[in-house]
Amino acid sequence: MLTSQFLLLGAILFCIGVYGVIARKNAVLVLMSIELILNSVNINLLAFALRNGSADGHTFALYIIAVAAAEVGVGLALVLLIYRNRRSIGLDELSEMRG
Amino acid sequence: MLAASEVLSPLRDGWFLQNAWLAPVVPTIGFAFIILFGKRLPKKGSEVGVISMLASLVLASGAAWQWIQRVGDAGEEQFVSPVIRTWTWWQSGGMEFTIGQHIDGLTVVVLFVVAFISTLVQVYSLEYLRGDRRYTHFFAALTLFSAGMLAMVIAEDMILFLLGWEIMGLCSFMLIGHWWEDGANSRAALKAFFTVRTGDVGLLVGISILFFAANEWTTTNLGVSGFSIRGLSAWALSGEPNSTVILVAAIALFIAAIGKSGQFPLHTWLPDAMAGPTPVSSLLHSSTMVVAGVFLVARLYPVFFTGLDILGPSSNVIMIIAAITIVTAAALAFVQTDIKRVLAYSTVSQLGYMMLGLGAGAWLPAVFHIFTHAFFKACLFLSAGSISHSASHHSFDMKKDMGGLRKHMPITFAAWTVSTLALCGVFPFSGFFSKDEIIDNVGGNGYTFFMVVGLGGAFLTAAYMTRATYLTFFGESRGAAAGEHGGDEHDAHAHDAHDGDNATATHDSHDTHRGPHESGVLITAPIAILAVLAIFSGLFNATPFGESWEYMKKWVEPRAVEVISESHSGGPGEAFVLAVPNAESGYSDSPCGKETPKDGVCYAPQVNHAKFKWSKALLSLAIVFAGIAISWMLSAAFYGRRDPRLVGLTERNVIARTGYRLLANKYYLDRLYERGIVSAIVGPLARSAYWFNQQVLDGILHAVARVSRAAAQVVYRDIDQRLVDGAVNASADVTKAAGTTVQPIQSGRVGHYGALLFATAAVAALVFVILNT
Amino acid sequence: MFAAELLVAQNIGFAVIALMMIVAALRVVTTSNVVHAALWLVVVLGGAAAQYILLAAEFVAVTQVLVYIGAVMVLFLFGTMLTRARIGAERDLNNAYWRLGIPVAGALFAAMAIALVSSFGDEQLPAEPEVTSVQQISDQIFGPYLLPFWALSFVLLAAIIGAIVLARKD
Repeated sequence: MLTSQFLLLGAILFCIGVYGVIARKNAVLVLMSIELILNSVNINLLAFALRNGSADGHTFALYIIAVAAAEVGVGLALVLLIYRNRRSIGLDELSEMRG
Repeated sequence: MLAASEVLSPLRDGWFLQNAWLAPVVPTIGFAFIILFGKRLPKKGSEVGVISMLASLVLASGAAWQWIQRVGDAGEEQFVSPVIRTWTWWQSGGMEFTIGQHIDGLTVVVLFVVAFISTLVQVYSLEYLRGDRRYTHFFAALTLFSAGMLAMVIAEDMILFLLGWEIMGLCSFMLIGHWWEDGANSRAALKAFFTVRTGDVGLLVGISILFFAANEWTTTNLGVSGFSIRGLSAWALSGEPNSTVILVAAIALFIAAIGKSGQFPLHTWLPDAMAGPTPVSSLLHSSTMVVAGVFLVARLYPVFFTGLDILGPSSNVIMIIAAITIVTAAALAFVQTDIKRVLAYSTVSQLGYMMLGLGAGAWLPAVFHIFTHAFFKACLFLSAGSISHSASHHSFDMKKDMGGLRKHMPITFAAWTVSTLALCGVFPFSGFFSKDEIIDNVGGNGYTFFMVVGLGGAFLTAAYMTRATYLTFFGESRGAAAGEHGGDEHDAHAHDAHDGDNATATHDSHDTHRGPHESGVLITAPIAILAVLAIFSGLFNATPFGESWEYMKKWVEPRAVEVISESHSGGPGEAFVLAVPNAESGYSDSPCGKETPKDGVCYAPQVNHAKFKWSKALLSLAIVFAGIAISWMLSAAFYGRRDPRLVGLTERNVIARTGYRLLANKYYLDRLYERGIVSAIVGPLARSAYWFNQQVLDGILHAVARVSRAAAQVVYRDIDQRLVDGAVNASADVTKAAGTTVQPIQSGRVGHYGALLFATAAVAALVFVILNT
Repeated sequence: MFAAELLVAQNIGFAVIALMMIVAALRVVTTSNVVHAALWLVVVLGGAAAQYILLAAEFVAVTQVLVYIGAVMVLFLFGTMLTRARIGAERDLNNAYWRLGIPVAGALFAAMAIALVSSFGDEQLPAEPEVTSVQQISDQIFGPYLLPFWALSFVLLAAIIGAIVLARKD
């Protein structure tokens, strides 16, 4: 197996995630796209861990999983709150920050 | 490389040396205890403070005693390794940060001094601040200050050092502003805080530079991080460091020392810091905290030694700053009427002596001066406090509220006199042994000019202290000392006026109505103890009496020998073992500091000691006595008999007036800082040239003014209105247009922002890729 | 001989799973049904877990299945149901400017692909990797990386409290 094949897979998933973050209007879908990005990072970390023969990458992959869980929890709570206030979770309509 | 183990005699390290780190820990616990429960305790928390300081004093004394034993065990030429214990508190990605103690001669001296004076000052404060509104908080801050200073003193690494340093800065701020209801006090506290912080930036920068420069070397050679003090010392003397890097680091650290130790030009905060209660002035702003800067230079001496080329052929920045400080501060002490301000400027000047000693390679005399100066200066401040407490109705104004007090306050007078003589450097008193040593060694190392400055400073010191003594204790009683009750508002300098109606009422009832009298035993006992030490502490390094009296040299001065580290310090408490490669050759011709040691490391540079000569000592004594005599005669003539030739001299004589104004305005430095550089450059120039302008240059000036006015009109009409205004308007237009163009980007849509963010990242990544391929 | 066969099998496995993951990921960001998107995400995450096993990271793979597919996906489905009455295809899940995402993602991928290929090229991963044991990982977490672990614990605590506070009805 090549190192670069895993890294390229990670890159592809990352870019798909980026596209999702930009293109999606629905907040839940944006959160899902962020999950894609985080997973691509995990693949990279583990590939490098194997390449360098150390367990550091594993540790950080686990930390990322934990952070992702926290992020999803808070993110969905926010989405719920937004929905309750405006009956919609379209991020497009949240443009009070306009300059 | 010789095998070293056979020449090593084992060095004892007893319990107190191993556990010296408890000295700062105990007051820290005490502080927490006072803050949490102080108000509910019968003595409002003061007993906790005193007890924790007593415990620290016991720990410090035990450590000092065992250190002396340890040095006694060691051979004459053996390196007495410091007692080091470290604990790892952070380990991340191969980096390990430790906290720990580094106990050597310098540490135990300062540790003892700080613990000792802290204890006495706390006892003194029991009486002095009785009835104060924030009694508990005062003791809490005082205890925390001691914890911070002790932590800084025992610090093994620069991080703990920085921590202690900053704790002291914080406590200094809290204690100066203890009576913050008075605006002047809180202004003084802010001024002290900001001025010292200006210097602290240097400390941070210096520590960072040293870490990044030294970390690799120290890790490979000694197994310690680049924060470690012994690592930095060895690195600085290894010949490894780049001279520019270490020069920059040394200067950055020295800026921190300037700020903390009140050296020119950052000395302005120290006299204002006298707004705090007198015990604070005595502890923080004379004997302990302000020597932190000196301690920093002494602690990291190898860094300064290499970085600033100490003992090199030319004079270095430390000596120049110190010399300026000695003279300018001593001169300022002459025009003060507030007794504490006289002492404050005296402190600044004495700190200058310590710095001068360090800058000139006289490490040991400078450290010894820290030791002796702490005792007599603390004693002087406490005496001043005693006077204001019991004789002058909380006033510190020598001209208005003192005079003739020697009859009323015999103990205070005796202590003051002894300490004054010690400060002036009169023979059997402690100051003579330390100050004269500094001056002697500065000359001995070939810096004749700075030796002359030191002698001049000694003359000025004797003179201004004589003036202060005369004004306070001799002549006729004035103002409050004569029994007048002017109330607190009669004097703007009545900083120590206790706040709170109750406090004032009790003081009025039992203090002022009795007129001047001696203070209670809780005040006089610390003063008396300090006075005794002001006499005898000099005998710890009495060079004139011969080699056998040089205890400090034996105990404190690190021996400049080349050592090989045998094992790296590991887990908690593992001692750092050092061996001497060639113990027989001795350290009188050690390579340390002169050339790079190849097979070992050095922890201290080789310095010289001047040979004591009575002829030189007699010269400086003659200068001191001349200062005392001249000042006495002038003071008696001026303040006592109101001699018409002297009274009003500053109004009549131009030179005298200019000099007086310059001093009374503190060289205009305050205004320089307060009004910013631009107006300050104009201000002092204008003021000092004012008289000259009025008399001689008026006509010329008018002509110039007319011409310049005409020119100004041209400038205004053509350049200002058209060119400058046009440019300003144009730039405003451009900004506005740019804003309008960019504004749509701020759409408020998260998706847009995300697209921009990632697009920027993509462009940056592409740029990097292209640059790298 | 055996090792070579294993290598071929690994490569085939990687290719199949990677293809599946990419297709599923594309569906996540393109489908017009939120619940479908969540299910496609399950496929991606499961594929990632399989890749982790190929990378000799079994513990991480197991954690991935338990935490992501077990817990996070349930959260997503709950989130979808609580905010949407209707479960089915919808229009306008995309922004008006969704086309902007294509060049951005493309440029990002181009940059990363060039960098990766030029720096790693044909470099081989160890053919018979040592499986990282749980003990090794725990030694790492409770040894040098203890501080991040603590920080993470606080993050999780804060997230729990924050989620409760945000989602409360009053």
